[in-house]
Amino acid sequence: MTGSISLSDRIAKWLPRLVLAPSLLMVLVAVYLFICWTGWISLSSSTIVPKYDFVGLSQYVRLWSTPRWHTAVFNLVIFSVLFLGITTALGLLMAILLDQKIRSEGALRAIFLYPMALSFIVTGTAWKWILNPALGVQKVVHDLGWTSFVFDWIARPSFAIYCVVIAAVWQSTGFAMALFLAGLRGIDNSVIKAAQIEGASLPLIYRQIVIPMLRPAFLSVIVLLSYIAIKSFDLILALTNTGPGSATEMPSTFMYSATFRRDQMGVGAASAMMMLMTVAAIIVPYLYSELRETGDGH
Amino acid sequence: MSTLEIDRVRKSYGIHEVLKEVSISIGAGDFLVLLGPSGCGKSTLLNMIAGLDTITGGEIRIAGKVVNNLSPKDRDIAMVFQSYALYPTMTVRQNIEFGMKIRGVTPADRDKAVKTAADLLQMSHLLDRKPAQLSGGQRQRVAMGRAIVRQPKLFLFDEPLSNLDAKLRVDMRTEIKRLHARLRTTIVYVTHDQIEAMTLATRVAVMKDGVVQQLDEPQAVYDRPANVYVAKFVGSPSMNIIPGVLEVQGSTVSAVVGIAHRQPARISGIPVSLDAARKFAGKKMLVGIRPENFSIATGHQGSALAVDIDVVEPTGPDTLVVFNCGGVEVTARLPPKQASAGSEAILSVDTSKVVIFDADTETRID
Amino acid sequence: MATKALSHQRQQLLGRAIIYGGLLFMAAFYLMPLWVMITTSVKHLDEIYAGSFIGLPKQITFEAWQTAWSEACNGTACRGLKPYFINSLLMTIPAVLLSTGIGAINGYVITKWRFPGSNVIFGLLLFGCFLPFQAVILPMAQTLGMLGLAGTIPGLVLVHTVYGIAFTTLFFRNYFISIPDELVKAAQIDGAGFVRIFVSIILPTALPIIVVSCIWQFTQIWNDFLFGASFTAGENAPITVALNNIVNVSMGRKQYNVDMAAAMIAALPTLIVYVVAGRYFVRGLTAGAVKG
Repeated sequence: MTGSISLSDRIAKWLPRLVLAPSLLMVLVAVYLFICWTGWISLSSSTIVPKYDFVGLSQYVRLWSTPRWHTAVFNLVIFSVLFLGITTALGLLMAILLDQKIRSEGALRAIFLYPMALSFIVTGTAWKWILNPALGVQKVVHDLGWTSFVFDWIARPSFAIYCVVIAAVWQSTGFAMALFLAGLRGIDNSVIKAAQIEGASLPLIYRQIVIPMLRPAFLSVIVLLSYIAIKSFDLILALTNTGPGSATEMPSTFMYSATFRRDQMGVGAASAMMMLMTVAAIIVPYLYSELRETGDGH
Repeated sequence: MSTLEIDRVRKSYGIHEVLKEVSISIGAGDFLVLLGPSGCGKSTLLNMIAGLDTITGGEIRIAGKVVNNLSPKDRDIAMVFQSYALYPTMTVRQNIEFGMKIRGVTPADRDKAVKTAADLLQMSHLLDRKPAQLSGGQRQRVAMGRAIVRQPKLFLFDEPLSNLDAKLRVDMRTEIKRLHARLRTTIVYVTHDQIEAMTLATRVAVMKDGVVQQLDEPQAVYDRPANVYVAKFVGSPSMNIIPGVLEVQGSTVSAVVGIAHRQPARISGIPVSLDAARKFAGKKMLVGIRPENFSIATGHQGSALAVDIDVVEPTGPDTLVVFNCGGVEVTARLPPKQASAGSEAILSVDTSKVVIFDADTETRID
Repeated sequence: MATKALSHQRQQLLGRAIIYGGLLFMAAFYLMPLWVMITTSVKHLDEIYAGSFIGLPKQITFEAWQTAWSEACNGTACRGLKPYFINSLLMTIPAVLLSTGIGAINGYVITKWRFPGSNVIFGLLLFGCFLPFQAVILPMAQTLGMLGLAGTIPGLVLVHTVYGIAFTTLFFRNYFISIPDELVKAAQIDGAGFVRIFVSIILPTALPIIVVSCIWQFTQIWNDFLFGASFTAGENAPITVALNNIVNVSMGRKQYNVDMAAAMIAALPTLIVYVVAGRYFVRGLTAGAVKG
């Protein structure tokens, strides 16, 4: 006999959605609504306070004709390429070395990974000191006798960005290592044994068999490191404060100073939207492919 | 000169001894099966033959050459793993060619070898697929193809059929047997499945706790197991081990076994030497009778047992009946519909196939 | 054959030496900044200006730490890091607890009570993990102003909770997905409802991932700078903002030892958490690779 659905049953059916609703609402507002809001501001003539008019793409035009923005984008490209390349390679190397049945592997892993527990501000502060020409590495090498050694990159406009790379690599290599190590551990040992029996040397095994099998880990590492690169705000402020001059300006710092310091909210919003679009271009396809696989799985 | 000599080989991890002085020797074309449950040391021994594990004591010689300190690639062996261990990012062809490329084989010779192996294993249509696109049986074939093209002195198989379902296992078993017959290779094969051992091997080494319990031809292991462990491991349903008392009358050796609620039965004419029998006369020992050596008694027969049938299990071609004898459950294999549960049956025993074991050491009495 | 075996062994030893050598060299590179921070923070200022940063301190003094904690100037006040340390605590702990709790419930719903569109909702939530926050600080600043929470610590708690939900939901979802659905179905047959199943069956098994979530969130929120700098100023700033101000404000001779001591103080909580529960930290990192 089919009666009407009781009240408690109806509640039971809707309870999951009700429970999820507040979070969904918060995220819809705090993420998607705010993105639209920022987008609107980027299409307005706001300066100190938001003005909700519509001026088309003029803020974007202004943005792209600002030399400082050019510097920022250029820096981002250099930084990202170097940061991604070096961190990935180093992280992979570390993971491979650690995978060789090392004693005190746990201790070494902890040493490589602890930088990730630090704030980028702390990292920037420490490295600013280390890279200080008067008292840091340059001085140490001078004291050791090599007086013609020069390492004042942090004070040179065209080299300062590489200092940011060094500090960022130091902070994030452990992360890449952890992901690669997890990938390596997931490889079936008998595949390596089979290759050994066939006469392959260890470097050959790694090159032709193991590393191709790490493709998923590579993808995760590159995507997540790219995201860190685009976001990198704290590090630059602490390390160089976008100096010398604006030599280490990046989109993230540009947005901040345009909005909060130079009262150019519209341009700031435009730069934020540019950052967002870049991130979305990388992340959305990645998420889509990952979700599709796990979604169909159950 | 034997193809493989395992000479008093030992293996310890620290103080833990995993293999205790194993000695086995096989010749060209032999199919040696290392049979035993997990932890008996069979895989360890295989890894030591392959060079994937170090040898604590003793020597291993392949074709007369001591290989203790040689790396796997210098031992002239090929190995097929339980998980197939195919290179996942390469095609079937590349998987098979991989070792040949390393050894510097010319492309023309490589193609020829791949074609031969593919034809032999009926996988020519799979050569451009990747392992993920193959079924379990197909992957196993690729693993075997990879091994074949090495043309080694020794093939090693590490439980290759364990990951396959029952039907596929039977089919692949036949394939392996056929390959062995065609290629006349020397094989060392590890498994815990006694049927695989019986059907494939020319020599079986039954292992337990790092010791070889018996090394013999399959039929010999089946008919004359060296001890109770081997007797129970090989054969399904396993050999019945019935406690009884040995009796010697003149030159006839008999075993007296108790039957619940009934008169004890005497099984006469056991094929044992009189010297050994006299040593155990009047003493308790264990009688080993395989289920198929029971039959319904017809007319006058020396060794007849009157028993009460407990359980009846029809399997189709036979019916298994279970009854109590000597204080243990005994299974007999009879033709269908010859007995029913709860009723009496009078069974006779083929005494020529009976084996007796020392009750203390559990070893066979000859 | 004997010589072949010997060279094989020698090769192996050389290989091991290279591996260990490389690892130790890299370990030194990674430990170096921490070493520099610690040794610099306990040196006299004169020693620093006279010597370099690698040497051991001739005299250990904790004066710099004392200064950093209670006297350092950040441009507006000279109260050291102590008040900002407390600010960070007041901000971090509630945000961690809230975001973890909400994430746990969300993960539970998404994995065990699937309804049409739950996967889409998960996808929408997930993008929040990758959001460059520059895209939302403008509207968020406006909103906080409207809610009367501008420049306050509760405002920061709200912000961190909202943006933390994306991560915590991901952690719990990846963890709960491996709990067999049959467990929930069996409980339903026994008569348990939505809440009862969560409290009695799911939560008890979730301790490991709760720890992971708390550690990850604590680290992220404590270390955050952008939100702190954008939504507070002066009195209510978290420790990262205060640290940056102290380091970038130079009045007279730059007090490097105080800067380092301040950096250490800011870093200590997350470092301690890392040392004590590092295993879980790593698990949190690798869970971030979506596939979990």
